[in-house]
Amino acid sequence: MKTVLYILTTCAVIGLAFWAYRENYATQQAFSDTAKLRVSIRNAHSRLAVLRAEWAYQNRPDRLRDLAEINFERLGLLPLHPDQFGQVDQVAYPPQPLLPITNPVDVSNMEAYP
Amino acid sequence: MIRTPLRPLARILDAREKGENPDAIERENKRIRHEQMRDASRQRAEGRLLVLGVFFFCAFAVISGRMAMMATSDPTEPRGAAVGAAISAARADIVDRNGNLLATNFETHALYAQPKHLVDPVGSAKKLVGIFPDLKEDRLIRTFTGKRKFLWLKKKISPEQMQAVHEIGDPGLMFAPRDMRLYPNGTLAAHVMGGASYGKEGVDAAEVIGVAGAEKFFDDYLRDPANGNKPLQLSLDLTVQAASERVLYGGMKLMNAKGATSVLMDVYTGEVISVVSLPTFDPNDRPRPAIVGDASDSPLFNRAVQGVYELGSTFKIFAATQAIDLGLVNAETIIDTAGPMKVGGFRIGEFRNKNYGPQSVTGIIVHSSNRGTGRLALQIGAKRQKEFLKSLGFFEATPFEIVEASGGKPLLPKKWTELSSVTISYGHGLSSSPMHLAAGYAAIANGGRKVKPTLVKQYGPQLGERVMSERAASDGRMMLRKVVSEGTASFGEVPGYQVGGKTGTADKPKPRGGYYDDKVIATFASMFPAHDPKYVLIVTLDEPVETSGDKPRRTAGWTAVPVAAEMIRRVAPLLGLRPTVEPGAPIGITLTSSN
Repeated sequence: MKTVLYILTTCAVIGLAFWAYRENYATQQAFSDTAKLRVSIRNAHSRLAVLRAEWAYQNRPDRLRDLAEINFERLGLLPLHPDQFGQVDQVAYPPQPLLPITNPVDVSNMEAYP
Repeated sequence: MIRTPLRPLARILDAREKGENPDAIERENKRIRHEQMRDASRQRAEGRLLVLGVFFFCAFAVISGRMAMMATSDPTEPRGAAVGAAISAARADIVDRNGNLLATNFETHALYAQPKHLVDPVGSAKKLVGIFPDLKEDRLIRTFTGKRKFLWLKKKISPEQMQAVHEIGDPGLMFAPRDMRLYPNGTLAAHVMGGASYGKEGVDAAEVIGVAGAEKFFDDYLRDPANGNKPLQLSLDLTVQAASERVLYGGMKLMNAKGATSVLMDVYTGEVISVVSLPTFDPNDRPRPAIVGDASDSPLFNRAVQGVYELGSTFKIFAATQAIDLGLVNAETIIDTAGPMKVGGFRIGEFRNKNYGPQSVTGIIVHSSNRGTGRLALQIGAKRQKEFLKSLGFFEATPFEIVEASGGKPLLPKKWTELSSVTISYGHGLSSSPMHLAAGYAAIANGGRKVKPTLVKQYGPQLGERVMSERAASDGRMMLRKVVSEGTASFGEVPGYQVGGKTGTADKPKPRGGYYDDKVIATFASMFPAHDPKYVLIVTLDEPVETSGDKPRRTAGWTAVPVAAEMIRRVAPLLGLRPTVEPGAPIGITLTSSN
């Protein structure tokens, strides 16, 4: 009985040691993955910051105004004017499409009497 | 366990035979037994103490070992903890009230050299001058071949320049990462932004510090790593600011003014929606402060908060509303504005020596009568006038959140005599900034509550202390509306927006005392829509002159008012204000003349 117990304990120790060894390496791997992810997140953040700055720079009012002036012939953009305000009820609803005619009824029966 | 009996029979019998006391044997045995018990328990206690001692020793050994390890190991970032997105080393962004970017950071590089690592100092120096023409070749060669171990070459370089330096391929030329402050909108709101520069500089990083404007005022907030991804939201509106700058610049050029400023403020929240000071500068490339000449001629000078001027007749409405608030007069009370009027030995005159005769209080404001407001001021008295202006914030610098604002302290008379009381009632003798005036007008516009101008986005009205009654404020608004509809500011009419306002034309003081004849500060302080004002707009032009007529015109009615009207026309729709149609004149009745 005791021998079996000893063997079992030894096996358990070996098994646990192997498990701990694997866990250790898995943890290290997870750490290095995290570190890589961090770096890529940081890079993405800085890329995002550059893009945001670029977006703000491209959309600066001076440039948009110049673009609106250059493309005036095509776009006809003018500064917003007080008389461009309207009421919601001044806007017409889009016309409803006509329902399809599924069962036509003959209203003329001239052909019935030859 | 073998227990020795306390009274062993053999010994008892033996003792009885000898005539000894058998109890002594029992006592003796008891004593031995107790001694054994004591020894045993002592041993056990000593064992326990030992175990405890070992335990403590181990615990202390573990702690001290850990401490020693921590003390000697290199610091590393915690790798297992949650992502530190909340902490960012970069300076926080600045955005406008709608989240549009006003200031952000940009990664760039600085260039430095370690001459002892240079392979080809002379050749590298020549190639560097090819990339950066502002470097001096002979000086560069001298330092590269000299004894210096380290020198900065360029604080910021573009990616193209960096690539070109890479292509030189000299190991002694190194790059240091830098965060650069970028204002993507260029000159827009330059005076509010201020600018940034580098504080402590190292090879790995440099700290970015604000040098002026909101960048300096909010420096602690912007630099706090915990706020790295929480941008500072200002009350400015990018679109409105851009439109205001455009209109004001056009107006300044048309009116031949040397400077101009405008303040647009929400009358309930105190939020400044746009604040312009011209001429302006680019905060990305902030010019050096002027050392010689007048500080106000530098583009860095913020006229809206630092420009302390006598703002002229725009102050008259304060005298009128206060007199109504105190119950001294009402809007229709007749006051004689005829001359002559002498106060403290000085004659009080009117513009071009006009004489308006008896006028109602409304008429005094509409015609902008100096003597009329002077008489109101005499009724109010210096003490009450002083307290009123103090409650409106005219006695200290505005709390506007840019560093320059604290420098805009109003200039008050040293002694508040009867004469100063009269002159201040029509805006002379007390110098204040346009921002002060905006706050004062906002109090009239919002129904009589004090408002502090602020640059930070607010989420509700300020509800400051009451400085005048609702009725006085509403009468004030009615008078201001009449100034535009029938008085000196007739160019200020914007169809649909019921502008109310007051013009003010003040002669510029000479640096050595006295006033210029041909240099004025023209101001138009307005609010719209006058029946229920939402915004206050102050437009001030510095030395304007309008030359379309036979004689040059300098009054605010001809200069500042049309500019302000155009600004309201452009800006009000952007603010989402719908124009309302005023009831027109009755149809069918025509005013005819007999001749």
